[in-house]
Amino acid sequence: MKLKTVVSSLLAASVLAGNVLAADISLLNVSYDPTRELYQDFNAAFAKYWKAKTGDNVTINQSHGGSGKQARGIIDGLEADVATLALAYDIDALADKALIPQDWQKRLPNNASPYTSTIVFLVRKGNPKGIKDWNDLVKPDVAIITPNPKTSGGARWNYLAAWAYALEQPGGNETKAKEFIGQIFKNVKVLDSGARGATTTFVERGIGDVLLAWENEAYLSLKELGDKFEIVTPSLSILAEPPITVVDKTVDKHGTRKVAQAYLEYLYSAEGQEIAARNFYRPQDAKIAAKYAKQFAKTRLVTIDKSFGGWRNAQKVHFSDGGVFDQIYVPSGKR
Amino acid sequence: MSATIALQHGALERYETPSTREPQWIKLLLIGIALSFFTVFLLFPLVAVFVEAFRKGWGTYLAALSSHDALAAIRLTLLTAAIAVPLNLFFGVSAAWAIAKFEFPGKRLLITLIDLPFSVSPVISGLIYVLLFGAQGWFGEWFAAHDIKILFAVPGIVLATIFVTFPFVARELIPLMEAQGSEEEEAAVVLGASGWQVFWHTTLPNIKWGLLYGVILCNARAMGEFGAVSVVSGHIRGMTNTMPLHVEILYNEYNYAAAFAVASLLALLAIVTLGLKTLVERQSHKQKTESLALENAS
Repeated sequence: MKLKTVVSSLLAASVLAGNVLAADISLLNVSYDPTRELYQDFNAAFAKYWKAKTGDNVTINQSHGGSGKQARGIIDGLEADVATLALAYDIDALADKALIPQDWQKRLPNNASPYTSTIVFLVRKGNPKGIKDWNDLVKPDVAIITPNPKTSGGARWNYLAAWAYALEQPGGNETKAKEFIGQIFKNVKVLDSGARGATTTFVERGIGDVLLAWENEAYLSLKELGDKFEIVTPSLSILAEPPITVVDKTVDKHGTRKVAQAYLEYLYSAEGQEIAARNFYRPQDAKIAAKYAKQFAKTRLVTIDKSFGGWRNAQKVHFSDGGVFDQIYVPSGKR
Repeated sequence: MSATIALQHGALERYETPSTREPQWIKLLLIGIALSFFTVFLLFPLVAVFVEAFRKGWGTYLAALSSHDALAAIRLTLLTAAIAVPLNLFFGVSAAWAIAKFEFPGKRLLITLIDLPFSVSPVISGLIYVLLFGAQGWFGEWFAAHDIKILFAVPGIVLATIFVTFPFVARELIPLMEAQGSEEEEAAVVLGASGWQVFWHTTLPNIKWGLLYGVILCNARAMGEFGAVSVVSGHIRGMTNTMPLHVEILYNEYNYAAAFAVASLLALLAIVTLGLKTLVERQSHKQKTESLALENAS
């Protein structure tokens, strides 16, 4: 009797869930934290484009969270038709579980990254601590907010940008870089799991002197919350390439490959690039990049491939269990 | 102040037993401490929720609650509670009945296990279902092959909710039924009642207030659960977000008025729950006094 009740109500629940899903075509885009506003705009534009082109109604559902956590979700069975994550390693993890082919990053232009971004500092109005560059972050009275590199893509870009800066300093080497990063994380007050949580901690809860943030996230905070903050662009940062892919296993199961593919390609179209730029992502298209050039500060950007030998290598050296991050980071309670 | 009124009415003998014969200032101090704790930790946050929710006026409030994603979250929350609460009601009565009326090996173990969801962190409660039903989990492959979605879909959310609200009804009933013993049931059986009649006419009337109390608490938790549901939800907006998850998403999108609007619904639920709880407590107290009076009379 009891088992029967359980089974029948579970069936009822899945039928109800099916009704909620019912639409002509629906796609699930599993993305990282700060892209909420970007995809809200882009999904509306794509639905309109697809309707005009094919007559089909397409609904795009969104799920957002820390990039590593989202990749984990897809591996555990979250049925994403497309994954738009913060960095290539999180999508490599999908390839390692055979959800997508190993050469996924060659399937779309620009390393499968339709837009790029970088890491900047968000400080409080008037920059009371006088933070201008990475070396100002290690001063003892500076409280830093960054998400956790173990779960957040943005945080891994933060960390690597700081590492690249330390290497570039006169007499810079691996040992000194490790020491520098260690000092930075000593000043970290709160380690949220995703970029948006870290932003909320900084801007809403008012904790910390500086937030290491995605450029797009920093500009969005300025736009949403007015002039309580300032953006500081350091002398050197990293070219962050958030890549995208169709999740082959899901689209083959759902029969959504064509529309999923078109969805991603549309990100590279003139309209897609405009929407990205309007949401403070750096567009790849040269013409649109020129149009929005004033919006983005010019600074030297290193790349993951040249400075760190690609994401797989960076992940292994710095963020795997027992890697450099584990060696240098001691939670503030245990110091 | 209330103390002075009590004194004026000559309630001295009743209230001033040797154990409470403290100087006036100690009483006032204790009452003051309790009241300020209550104000700071309970009343302020509750008021803040409603103030924030209505900051931008009724229009924004209603718009936030009638948006597609908010309605989907409310529907999903109600659906989850509508499945989890009756199941746990059924389970709770069965378990309490078995434990209170029968002796069997493993009884103590069963009581301990019923408490497990109370003692385990909600994150673990969610993760066990990822381990069981995730694509890499024990049964994940079988379910995927049969195209049954559990994790990151409604069934997973329902399962996690059932798990965390598992003990509420049983925990409420076990002590009550144990205290009542089984004499009345035995009498009913001797008089020729069938098993069902015994339950319906003898046991249920004795436990109804406790049962209702357990159901109210179970429902409140089912609607309010965040941690376990967050792990198994997948956070697909408009589809697998319950109300507490929706509040977090809105808050993280700088959409404070809407976040607090949905939060105010949950706060209202809490207030209604408390009201019902007080009512039920009063009724069950009345029942107890009546049955005591009856015993004394006989």
